[in-house]
Amino acid sequence: MNDDDARELIRSVIGEVAPEADLDSVGPDEMIQEALDLDSIDFLNFVTGLHERTGLEIPERDYPELATVDGCVRYLTHATT
Amino acid sequence: MGDFKMPSLGADMDAGKVARWLVKPGDVVHRGDIVAVVETEKSTIEVEVFQAGVVEEILVPEGTEVPVGTALARIGAPAEAGAPAPGPVPPAAAVPAPAAPAPPAPVPAPAAPAPPAPVPAPATAAVTEHPGVVVSPVVRHLAERLGVDVHLLEGSGPGGRITRADVEAAALVPVGERPVSAVRGRRAPARRRRPAPQPAPSGAGGKRVSPWARRVADDLGVDVATVEGTGPGGAVVERDVRAAAARETAPPAPEGAKVHRAPTEPSASDERQAAMRKAIGALMARSKREIPHYYLSTTIDMSRASRWMEEENATRPMTERLVLPVLLLKAAALAVASVPEMNGFMVGDTFEPSAEVHVGVAVSLRTGGVIAPAIHHADRLSVDELMAALRDLVTRARRGVLRSSEMSDPTITVTNLGELGVDSVFGVIYPPQVALVGFGRVVERPYAEDGMVGARPCLTATLSADHRASDGHRGGRFLAAIDHLLQSPEGL
Repeated sequence: MNDDDARELIRSVIGEVAPEADLDSVGPDEMIQEALDLDSIDFLNFVTGLHERTGLEIPERDYPELATVDGCVRYLTHATT
Repeated sequence: MGDFKMPSLGADMDAGKVARWLVKPGDVVHRGDIVAVVETEKSTIEVEVFQAGVVEEILVPEGTEVPVGTALARIGAPAEAGAPAPGPVPPAAAVPAPAAPAPPAPVPAPAAPAPPAPVPAPATAAVTEHPGVVVSPVVRHLAERLGVDVHLLEGSGPGGRITRADVEAAALVPVGERPVSAVRGRRAPARRRRPAPQPAPSGAGGKRVSPWARRVADDLGVDVATVEGTGPGGAVVERDVRAAAARETAPPAPEGAKVHRAPTEPSASDERQAAMRKAIGALMARSKREIPHYYLSTTIDMSRASRWMEEENATRPMTERLVLPVLLLKAAALAVASVPEMNGFMVGDTFEPSAEVHVGVAVSLRTGGVIAPAIHHADRLSVDELMAALRDLVTRARRGVLRSSEMSDPTITVTNLGELGVDSVFGVIYPPQVALVGFGRVVERPYAEDGMVGARPCLTATLSADHRASDGHRGGRFLAAIDHLLQSPEGL
């Protein structure tokens, strides 16, 4: 998965978890959860969504790496190569 | 038998708009079936019916807003097997009413989801065979009109037949998620798995009225004969009486008070938000005006609970992981057992404790506003069941699809603003409830124990409670009980 694929995936999963949220308003280093007002259930749904689309097992201790858009992109591209 | 009325979906609701009917005349309905979708100022609610029978007539068309308590449809006695179901409806008066109808036999709670009771198929509905799909031409036509692929549906009718309700329910689901709609059919029996409610005692005049409701009615000067019951088996319960009393004191609605709005255009979201803000404001103002709140707070050491959850989640597949709010909810629901004064309703100046624990969960909507639907019997659900229930509830609250029973009967509310980063929240009680539990965020704090100071994850739990129902001493016991429960998370 390259950077663009990862971004597209993130966008698509966020779109499912929080259809009313605008990912474009979130800076690459901004905390997604704060910026989009996601609670722990939303965030769990987000991570589960990434898992369902990629088959990746994402342990809870890795959640902090998924806090920002850039972090997610890094995590997804590394984990899928 | 009788009228299916616009229910009161929370103390802040005066009127609702019938957005969509999921049944039509001639349809057989069961207790707990979702029969209509109603829009209120705060949400879109799937309204359940609390009587079994046959829909005789739809009285309020889609797109019409009516006050709470307005008859929406007439539900007749269940049709005899073999009788032509959708025939002409005799006027209600012509049906000889038994002097005191026997209460419906209590529904035994099946251990496994039971197949839906056999329903006499409408005589007219010829069934078209399609590979693996049983669907009548009428329903197939409806599906085509609504753009629903019947092959993706799981029928909830007899023999897996796809019903009109299945199709219409599927049409409510955004296209991208439609396969999910098939789950709805399977979920229905799960709802019936709820512990069978105690049959309410029969009242005079063929109406089932709980003794407490009768007393309240006497106090408030309400004639129970005029009150539609929303309790088990259609029994009149205290909230029905209270709702009726509130209606009577409200300015009389003009004759035939049907407010017709633009029938097709859904209200703009701005308008919805403004209405929601107004509804919340009115309810909270009433709370602050009527309820003598007292407030308590306590700091809870969350190290055990956090550690237990981390360890638990490390062993679980991703889809079964827990979140901390679930433990908090469960603890609050269980703590009610030791301090029942926190759980129930004020009726006039009297507190009526509730034997059941339906925890309202404050869900903030990202588009603005907050809504607090109930998770039923939260004290009896396992942590996993509660997790599933919370996930489902939050998702539906955000999507704006809640059920009437969830809106009308929370017995206590929990708000969890910690996720937004605040340390503590002292909430405003939702009338007629008597307590609101607030949880702040979990943060590491210096924590002294046995003369040693260490850093521990801590959380501030607060209680806003009604002084008419309890006092600070009991409130303190309640928070202590929550704390105590969270120290043994494996027991939750």
